[in-house]
Amino acid sequence: MSRLGEWLAGGLLITDGAWGTELQARGLDPGAAPDTWNLTHPERVEAVARAYVEAGSQVILTNTFRANAGAMEGDLEAINRAGVEISRRGAAGKALVFASIGPTGKMLMAGEIGEEQASAAFAAQAAALAAGADALLVETMSDIAEARLAVAAAKSTGLPVIASFAFDSGKNKDRTMMGATPEAVAAAMVEAGADAVGANCGVGVEHAAVVCRRLRAACDLPVWIKPNAGLPKMEGTAIRYDTSAEFFASHYVALREAGASFLGGCCGSTPEFIRALVNARASA
Amino acid sequence: MSDLEKLHEAVIEGDWKAAASATDAAIAAGVAALTIVTGCLVPAMDEVGRRFECEEYFVPEMLLSARAMKASMAIVRPLLAATGAQPIGRVVIGTVKGDLHDIGKNLVASMLEGGGFEVIDLGADVAPERFIEAAATKNANLVALSALLTVTMTSMKTTIDAFHTAGLRDKVKIMVGGAPVTQQYADSIGADGYGESAGAAVALARKLVAA
Repeated sequence: MSRLGEWLAGGLLITDGAWGTELQARGLDPGAAPDTWNLTHPERVEAVARAYVEAGSQVILTNTFRANAGAMEGDLEAINRAGVEISRRGAAGKALVFASIGPTGKMLMAGEIGEEQASAAFAAQAAALAAGADALLVETMSDIAEARLAVAAAKSTGLPVIASFAFDSGKNKDRTMMGATPEAVAAAMVEAGADAVGANCGVGVEHAAVVCRRLRAACDLPVWIKPNAGLPKMEGTAIRYDTSAEFFASHYVALREAGASFLGGCCGSTPEFIRALVNARASA
Repeated sequence: MSDLEKLHEAVIEGDWKAAASATDAAIAAGVAALTIVTGCLVPAMDEVGRRFECEEYFVPEMLLSARAMKASMAIVRPLLAATGAQPIGRVVIGTVKGDLHDIGKNLVASMLEGGGFEVIDLGADVAPERFIEAAATKNANLVALSALLTVTMTSMKTTIDAFHTAGLRDKVKIMVGGAPVTQQYADSIGADGYGESAGAAVALARKLVAA
């Protein structure tokens, strides 16, 4: 049985919620890259990891979403290594650690970044994360071509690889920014050799079940689902998300029935959301 | 099909080679450079913007159309300059300080160029003083600010405030856009307009320069 298969043998696993918004609540300067805190404020990053494990997360991510050479500058190897170590400490053996790899933020087809450059950025990040992570998560992708490069780089470490896309466009919010459908994503990620496929971020939990069902129907891979808490609203200088933990968790049964194997939250979700999901699972 | 019809179709279909050859053919047939822009490229990019609005087109289709439009503009621009034709407006555009995302800003810049504007693109992570300097030296009448992150949106307000401090606020119209930005936020920071999408940004820019 594959490692993912073993982990999922007991049923759906609850993952974590947002990190960026949690770090901002702990004083991260608006506009600063959260990843840099792995080196400057490791104890506050670990506090986020611990908060999720205490809330019941069985899988937590790492604070390394932007730490590839396409998306940011700095000592990326140290940031990635520290990110895994911090989440390991926070997990304290009670949760798996899946390391986060986000997009380069540049468009291949517009020539903003070359394929070789993107591949090299992903390969360097994957190699740094592989020392200590249980699996690698390629997330918030919108371009299938870019995700292929990231998945190939992640797979070369030998760890299980999950490929998750942001479906936030189109009339029915079932396309990525680049127009990719769940079916196209599933087919391409099976071909790329991903061990699981998924949807994260997006436009809120109420749109997630349809995308989840379509991903599940389009391939035999486990499905990773991590919707955000709706779109952020500004109130003066404060950022507010409309979705409550209760509303979010009220979608637990629908998402499980739609085929989700991993379930958590993206931007705006908190440890409270994870507790609500754990409770929803207990009473389902 | 006339050369202009071919060009129109090539831009909408995103075929830059066909766009370039139709442009060459139109010029050889004596079509004025300004007619190519206002009679063909602008309406073609308007149609691309409309399809993007209706979510028939996604980012890749829009990028290909913009590339086709630019292939035509590259041929037409020197001829336009020789006739002394003026653009409908000069826009200084950039992603605000602290924000490195420029995908959305690049799309808006392309659409504005296709819409007949002269575009001065300052890139990403642009400090207020750079917007001010560019607007003043290029004699721009529009400034377009982009932000992708809620945490960097506040730099839009800082930039608008800096135009006030520099005494230049009444010399330019300022428009804002980006994923987290709303009309309400645009109003609260004193922007002149908010565009919900790249297509809407062009319509807004035309309205602002006409006002």
